Amino acid sequence: MTTTVTKLEKLVGKRIKRKEDPRLITGTATYVEDVKLPELLHAAILRSPHGAANIKSIDISKAAALPGVVAVYTGADILGVGSVVCAADLPGLRKPVHHILAQDRTYFVGHAVAVVVAKDRYVAADGVDLIEVDWQPTQAVTDPEKALAAGAPAVHPEWPDNTAFIHNQEGGDMAQAFADAEVVVKQRIVSQRLIPNPMETRGVVADWKQADKAMTIWTSTQIPHLARSILAGQLGLDENRVRLIAPEVGGGFGSKLNVYPEEALMGFVSMKLQKPVKWIESRRENFQTTIHGRGHVDYLEIAAKRDGTILGLKLKLIQDLGAYHQLLTPAIPTLSVLMMPGLYKFRNISAQVIGVFTNAVPTDAYRGAGRPEATHGIERMVDMLAAEIGMDPAEIRYKNFAGKDDFPFLTAAGLTYDSGDYAATLDKALEMIDYKGLREQQVQARAEGKLMGIGISTYGELCGFGPSPATPAGGWESATVKVEPSGKVTVMTGCSPHGQGQETSFAQIAADELGVPLDDVIVLHGDTSIVQYGIGTFGSRNTAVGGAALFYALQDIREKAKRFGAKMLGVEDGEVVLADGHCTDSNGNSVTFQQIAGAAYRGIVIPTGSEPGLVATRFWEPSNFAYPYGAHIIVSEVDKETGQIEIKRYLAVDDIGNIINPLLVDGQLHGGVAQGLGQALWEHGVYDDDGQLVSGTFMDYAMPRARMMPWIESAHTITPSPVNPLGAKGVGEAGTIGSTPAMVNSVVDALAPLGVRHIDMPMTAGKIWKLMQDSSIQEKKA
Amino acid sequence: MRTINVSVNGKQYSHEVEPRMLLIHYLREVIGLTGTHMGCETSLCGACTIEVDGKAVKSCTMFAVQADGAKILTVEGLAAPDGTLHPIQEAYWTEHALQCGFCTPGMIMITKQILERNPNPTEHEIREGLDGNLCRCTGYQHIVNAVRTAAKAGA
Ligand code: FES
Ligand code: FES
Repeated sequence: MTTTVTKLEKLVGKRIKRKEDPRLITGTATYVEDVKLPELLHAAILRSPHGAANIKSIDISKAAALPGVVAVYTGADILGVGSVVCAADLPGLRKPVHHILAQDRTYFVGHAVAVVVAKDRYVAADGVDLIEVDWQPTQAVTDPEKALAAGAPAVHPEWPDNTAFIHNQEGGDMAQAFADAEVVVKQRIVSQRLIPNPMETRGVVADWKQADKAMTIWTSTQIPHLARSILAGQLGLDENRVRLIAPEVGGGFGSKLNVYPEEALMGFVSMKLQKPVKWIESRRENFQTTIHGRGHVDYLEIAAKRDGTILGLKLKLIQDLGAYHQLLTPAIPTLSVLMMPGLYKFRNISAQVIGVFTNAVPTDAYRGAGRPEATHGIERMVDMLAAEIGMDPAEIRYKNFAGKDDFPFLTAAGLTYDSGDYAATLDKALEMIDYKGLREQQVQARAEGKLMGIGISTYGELCGFGPSPATPAGGWESATVKVEPSGKVTVMTGCSPHGQGQETSFAQIAADELGVPLDDVIVLHGDTSIVQYGIGTFGSRNTAVGGAALFYALQDIREKAKRFGAKMLGVEDGEVVLADGHCTDSNGNSVTFQQIAGAAYRGIVIPTGSEPGLVATRFWEPSNFAYPYGAHIIVSEVDKETGQIEIKRYLAVDDIGNIINPLLVDGQLHGGVAQGLGQALWEHGVYDDDGQLVSGTFMDYAMPRARMMPWIESAHTITPSPVNPLGAKGVGEAGTIGSTPAMVNSVVDALAPLGVRHIDMPMTAGKIWKLMQDSSIQEKKA
Repeated sequence: MRTINVSVNGKQYSHEVEPRMLLIHYLREVIGLTGTHMGCETSLCGACTIEVDGKAVKSCTMFAVQADGAKILTVEGLAAPDGTLHPIQEAYWTEHALQCGFCTPGMIMITKQILERNPNPTEHEIREGLDGNLCRCTGYQHIVNAVRTAAKAGA
């Protein structure tokens, strides 16, 4: 049975359109709001209209009497339910108890106070309107620096200093760095509050089955298994009797890397009423009650030699935590400290993080989570230093880059960067954009009175979360590969992709390894009753960690398939190769992968020491993070009359290691850049002094729209990561991290002739216009 | 309660509805077509975009009773009965113009309207046309590509 085996084309590395799209483009996908069950009830939530207030009394009688209302519950009813979980810990961390409904006091606008359950959503909302609360508002504090001042209102009366923690980290000898410095540049830099706003808000359906003591929860989450463990704990249920389903999830960006009060609350309601219940967050609630991101005030000092050699960086970071800790709130700013050195080889850092309670919704992981703030800090400081000593911003970067032979590179913050050639990536970017030519153009433009700017950011980041010791609740990932008797392949990943496209990219990997058509592979995720325990999707980890687990599970399948193949061909184990979907012996005889799968389940021919079936599960623990990096360059022009910023060119050269599907990589980068430019130019989560969220609608919170976005040119260099067998690094957050400093550096460069040296984000036209008025005054005075 | 008669994706329906019921809830909950999504309830995101009598409408901002007698088209009505995709759906797929897919039904419906008004739009015109629709995932570049590709296909 000698056969000619046709060489199969490799799928990894190809621009392959997504397998998940047919259901999404035909409107037949199932998001949480689309889940329908018999006798389904609907919940609506009464929320605090005050930034800080005492609840003197609540009268639910009118609401409860409304026809169609089934039940009303308040804080007094839910004391048997566990409070909201924070998985992060720091020495001395103060952890306020966060009940799923407020007790006698509310701490931020949107804080859940009562839930009305009714036969339909309209009646539930009517019921909420009929609840009467006797509020006693108290003074709120929303600005973290004001919250630290003496005499500020206490967010939690038991901690009058509003300080949740102080975290210090030193690397090297910062005092010596200052002593040796010829120049020190200082700047206060704000990374404003941002509101993640996935287009699908949160939503929960809970369905309790008393007879089985079993709960099914559909929730829009990035972490189905972790959410199940936490909710089982809160509700006092057995973990194996809770089935958690993350169905189609309409975006998360970190905001759904969390377990919120409403998830346990719906479980509680369903258990009480013995009926399924649904709650869908409104957009207003999403603004007010789903975590926000960033919220930094950073005081930075960079010490250097006059030749541009950086000696060290000092940071005092004031983190606006909001009123409570959500899942990872206090851990996020510690990531900023880890990324302080950026791509540079200086040996000294000193950081102090002060976590501050405010009367606002908690901050937590939002795309980039701590790294964008850090990158913005170092990349702004490098530019300011360059301006101070009169050096070109590209040149100062080359001077301080860790060299390509320095890897693995131990940074001043104690991380070991995996691989890279930073200078090569910047070379490529400068060449693609014709940096020299641009600088000449700029001289010309300035002579004509135009405000043209060129901004560079050479960002680095840590992702592929991560080694378990550095990742609360574990940083490994899992995969199962199940080959059916027909040879069709089902992959079950512990990741929980929600737009990133792993139903396609993981199928590419599996198809290549097993030599089966792409169409023969399906990828399942997000259902704890189907998929083995997993960690989930965040921190750009799907490919670098989940993909690695899949790769090893596929190797197990290959090994077993080879043993079956050898047995079927009547040769010794080691005498066959498995390639292109065939197991072939040295004589050229072969059996197909599908024939092997059939034999493995038929059970008649079993290799010695093996067993029937063709299934493998692997859990893979990474030894390190992965460290993507890149160079983003933005050419901008500022309108002198209006302060409007026009992006003339946006170039991104990213090194994200090996690429599985370039089409998906482009999509991730574009989306990441959009969120970064959103921060740099338009978005700002603003609370007033009374604790009202004044940027609480899409009218007031300026998310990028199509006409606001520039065309993004993109290219890559590739240095594979040695940390995982795929050599992948991660791309989900790269665009967000690289873009903000490039944008601010570009606009500061444009306005440099007016004496501008720093601008805080968002750089709205109004802000720029005002600044130009000031600097022209300064210019006239000088 | 009021009785309304509507045609949705070529099928005739008659229902008693509360006067306050939003059209999107009528489509999703009464008829059971959940492809149209609610993203903001305030006519600012376009996730709920459908066609009413040939015009793009944000169905979160219209009552069901206002659609009495109307001809409605939703994303579910675009593909041919045998499952053949509409050229705009094909273009979104080919160009990777969606990630989480939540904005996608609205994006596809507004693309249809953009191309009906202007079969050969420039990049600038495409971006202007998409102005009422938010996408948080894609940064819009691939959506712009998809509209172009659909235009080339004569959608
Ligand atoms: S839901 Fe209708 S425009 Fe947003
Ligand atoms: S694809 Fe997720 S919002 Fe557009």
